[in-house]
Amino acid sequence: MESLQAGFLDFHSVYGFFDFFLPDGMDWLAFVLAGGLVSFIVINVMVMGTGLYTWFERRVIGRMQARLGPNRWGPFGLLQPIADVLKLMVKEDTVPALADRLVFNIAPVILLVPALLVIAIIPFGDDTFLGRLNIGVLFIIGITSVNTIAVLAGGWASRNKYAMIGAMRGVAMLVSYEVPMALSITGVVLIANSLSLFDVVAAQGVPFWLVQPLGFLVFMAAASAEMSRTPFDQIEAESELGAGYHTEYSGMKFAIFQLAEFMAPLVTSIIATVLFFSGTRGWDPIPGQIWFVLKVFVIMFALLWVRATWPRLRIDQIMAFAWKGLFAMALLNIFVVAVEVMLLQDPNTGALTTSDLWLMAAINWGVTVVTIAFMAKVFGSKQWERPVPTPSPLANMYAEAD
Amino acid sequence: MSEMKSEPVILNLGPQHPSTHGVFRLRVTFDGETVVDAEPVMGYLHRGSEKLAEGRSYVQIVTLTDRMDYTASMSNNLAYVSSVEKLAGIDVPERAQYIRVICAELQRIASHLMATGFLLNDLGALATPLMYCFRERERILDMFEMLCGARITLTYMRPGGVLQDAPAEFWPALNTFVNDFPGYLDEIESLISGNEIVLTRTRDVGILTDAQAINASITGPMLRAAGVQWDLRKANPYEIYDRLDFDIPIGALGDTFDRYMVRVLEMRESIKIVEQCIRDIPQGPIRTGTPYFIRPPAGDAYASVESPKGELGFYLVSDGGISPYRCHVRAPSFINITALRDMLVGWKMSDLIIIFGSIDIVLGEVDR
Amino acid sequence: MYGLGLAKGLTITMKNMLMPGRMFTLHQYPDRKIGLLGLAKLEGTNPITYSIKRPLMTLKAMVGLASVEDRMPQHSRFRGEEFSWYEDRCTGCASCAKYCPLGIIRIVTHPSEKAVDEGDKYVLDVFDIDMGRCMFCGLCVEACPYDALHMGSGFEEGKYSRRDLVIDKQRLNDAPKRPSTWFRPQIEGQGFDPQSGDEVDWTKAGRHVKPSREDQQKKWAKR
Repeated sequence: MESLQAGFLDFHSVYGFFDFFLPDGMDWLAFVLAGGLVSFIVINVMVMGTGLYTWFERRVIGRMQARLGPNRWGPFGLLQPIADVLKLMVKEDTVPALADRLVFNIAPVILLVPALLVIAIIPFGDDTFLGRLNIGVLFIIGITSVNTIAVLAGGWASRNKYAMIGAMRGVAMLVSYEVPMALSITGVVLIANSLSLFDVVAAQGVPFWLVQPLGFLVFMAAASAEMSRTPFDQIEAESELGAGYHTEYSGMKFAIFQLAEFMAPLVTSIIATVLFFSGTRGWDPIPGQIWFVLKVFVIMFALLWVRATWPRLRIDQIMAFAWKGLFAMALLNIFVVAVEVMLLQDPNTGALTTSDLWLMAAINWGVTVVTIAFMAKVFGSKQWERPVPTPSPLANMYAEAD
Repeated sequence: MSEMKSEPVILNLGPQHPSTHGVFRLRVTFDGETVVDAEPVMGYLHRGSEKLAEGRSYVQIVTLTDRMDYTASMSNNLAYVSSVEKLAGIDVPERAQYIRVICAELQRIASHLMATGFLLNDLGALATPLMYCFRERERILDMFEMLCGARITLTYMRPGGVLQDAPAEFWPALNTFVNDFPGYLDEIESLISGNEIVLTRTRDVGILTDAQAINASITGPMLRAAGVQWDLRKANPYEIYDRLDFDIPIGALGDTFDRYMVRVLEMRESIKIVEQCIRDIPQGPIRTGTPYFIRPPAGDAYASVESPKGELGFYLVSDGGISPYRCHVRAPSFINITALRDMLVGWKMSDLIIIFGSIDIVLGEVDR
Repeated sequence: MYGLGLAKGLTITMKNMLMPGRMFTLHQYPDRKIGLLGLAKLEGTNPITYSIKRPLMTLKAMVGLASVEDRMPQHSRFRGEEFSWYEDRCTGCASCAKYCPLGIIRIVTHPSEKAVDEGDKYVLDVFDIDMGRCMFCGLCVEACPYDALHMGSGFEEGKYSRRDLVIDKQRLNDAPKRPSTWFRPQIEGQGFDPQSGDEVDWTKAGRHVKPSREDQQKKWAKR
């Protein structure tokens, strides 16, 4: 294992800090204290960040919808999330009579925890991280799949048909989109030649969204399906199912669902930043943390933009898109990248130079354009020609009434 | 591959549901996500308007008609007062007729905007097209406020004309609106009409053929989307529609997209009509003097207009007294919804919502 | 090409976000949040002069806490609450009560002591309007032959109890006389705007000038 560097916010420096003050033989206490403190900081930062994100989302979507968005509480409406949480806290916490109480209560937590766990291994800066996991990519793919269980548990335990339909759609959709998502990340791993997120960032002499745009597009599509946002928000589908799997939830449990739901785009943007936007890399003198936040911001905005504009697909169209479109595109991406890596990489070290990456980028952009044009043609071949409207012979208003 | 059959699930859509456009209940039998059967259950908003009308004078009933189709009060007023005028033989001054037509067409635009916006909302577009549609509708409601001090429950028309002449500020506002609106409609259309997701969702979905539509006596944009060129404004011109030049847009297939498209095209025609009215409107009185309590001779009359939802008719029977002996409303929403089951069976749940949304019902009118 | 419609949609939403002219005609009630530029414009100066003159307000505006009063501009025909009623014009004929589709106006009168033939009118004992059931159709106003009853222009008459929603003679008399110009062309002809805060005197609210007490007495004495 590589040597752990001391950092701005990482577990080992906090542990070292406590260990310095505590007598020998009390290492375990320092460990517990450091763990508690770091978890506290991470959870609170993420929750506050999500609150801020909800404000940002509502303002931006409000502007796109030609209205203002929240502006009453606090400066520019920044305290709106707090007002929302306060309102939800004083609401009655109802549980349906026939509900499976244990599962019903535990489902929100299952949904929230994975999103927080992912944060533990993200390199926010060169020296700002919690855990330096050498299988970070695998961890992300594994942990983010857990929310399927939460969706199913919430929908099943509610004993509500709407919740059940939402949950069933959710399971089918989330499981399907895991596949293209994992495959698109495989392309990243192939180029980086490592599963560690730090190595992925270090390998991005050229940001990977330039090197493998096809993989990036597949990742973003799959990710927005994973967090069930338009055009893939069939899990909730508020115009069809009320609120989908969390129809029956109220009070703080509902708030936790909402928190997890709004944390998802944040986490997705963070992951996408690390995997495709070269994480903390940027130009001096601006520190890496700032670059990171800026990139997350840009991706979040793009997700919002799409959310505010497009309607929702039907569930069978979503599944068809996953298996017929994204799956094929992701496989093609892996194939092209694998061939390129095999030909270009240094046979001894397995490393790719920046010029290699630029060459790959040029090839992959060509491949992407051709693929998308082909896909558009395939999907668009169903673009029915509208027949010219002809008046039906069954009724003719210009004829004299008999 | 044969379809896997599962146990059917009966789901009550409504009366409280985000997409039933009111308190409508649809008892749907699903096989998985596919609709097997659908049975509309109506009457949650029944207020007995027809019965209430029997105890009110002819002018007072105008206030009841406001509350039937509350997205198109002007058309309701117009249908009702036409019926009373036919019953009592009241003439309407020409200027009043022009103002009525302007109001009815503005109301048609407002109602179609609302229908389009909510159809897109049902499609899951997070209220963005809805907000754009409401932005334009707001301007129409503003003009109604100038005319008669209210935005929804207008009570503007009276037997024998309209209540009050338009104020001075109304005409510039109308001119600006008529000039701007086609541009805004283009914008809304380029957001919706070309959108591939909308096309995938709506094309060939929920087809209602012309024969089905005629058999179920469907009227309005739904009928025209099925390809039947039938519009009371041309077929049986009332007011001054015979002097105006406009087209009746029709659809090709009768699917959900056609129903949307016909509404958009009708809005463009309505703007044309309003333009012609502004150009031609004469000066003169706006109301013939009628007594407060009209006593039509004993008899009956039926008059209908092309409301945004379809043929809206009022059948009034008079016994010579100050209130009608019987008032019956031919409510287009109510009759259009009878074809719901034919369109729904076999489609997915998401399609159910948009097919239902494309009918554009208003529960105030369905239940009355 | 397939897919271009999606991109076009994205440009439309972006255009609407960036162009302030595309906003709803927004009126934030009761107060409107305002920035430094807006404040300076209200004062008629430029932001720099303003910030020197009013540093505290500038700071508030910078953090988005400054607000000014705002209200939806109503058209003068707006049919609102709190009827404007002129007792001097009212004869107690109860046309409004008969014409009301809901029958929510209650009028009780008795002949005045001076008797009608001396030029006086009926005295109103009770004039109640149950606003809880009123639907603001304005038919009562249309029916009033003496232009005594007018629609009001307010909309902030929320009450905690249904009983408080019944407005009686006293409240009608005390209420500010800001009639809506709905179905009152004579007031509209004067260019009256109920939102301006002005009130309309009973002598000006009618279609024709009401004869003075002396004229009336002379007229009636002749008979």
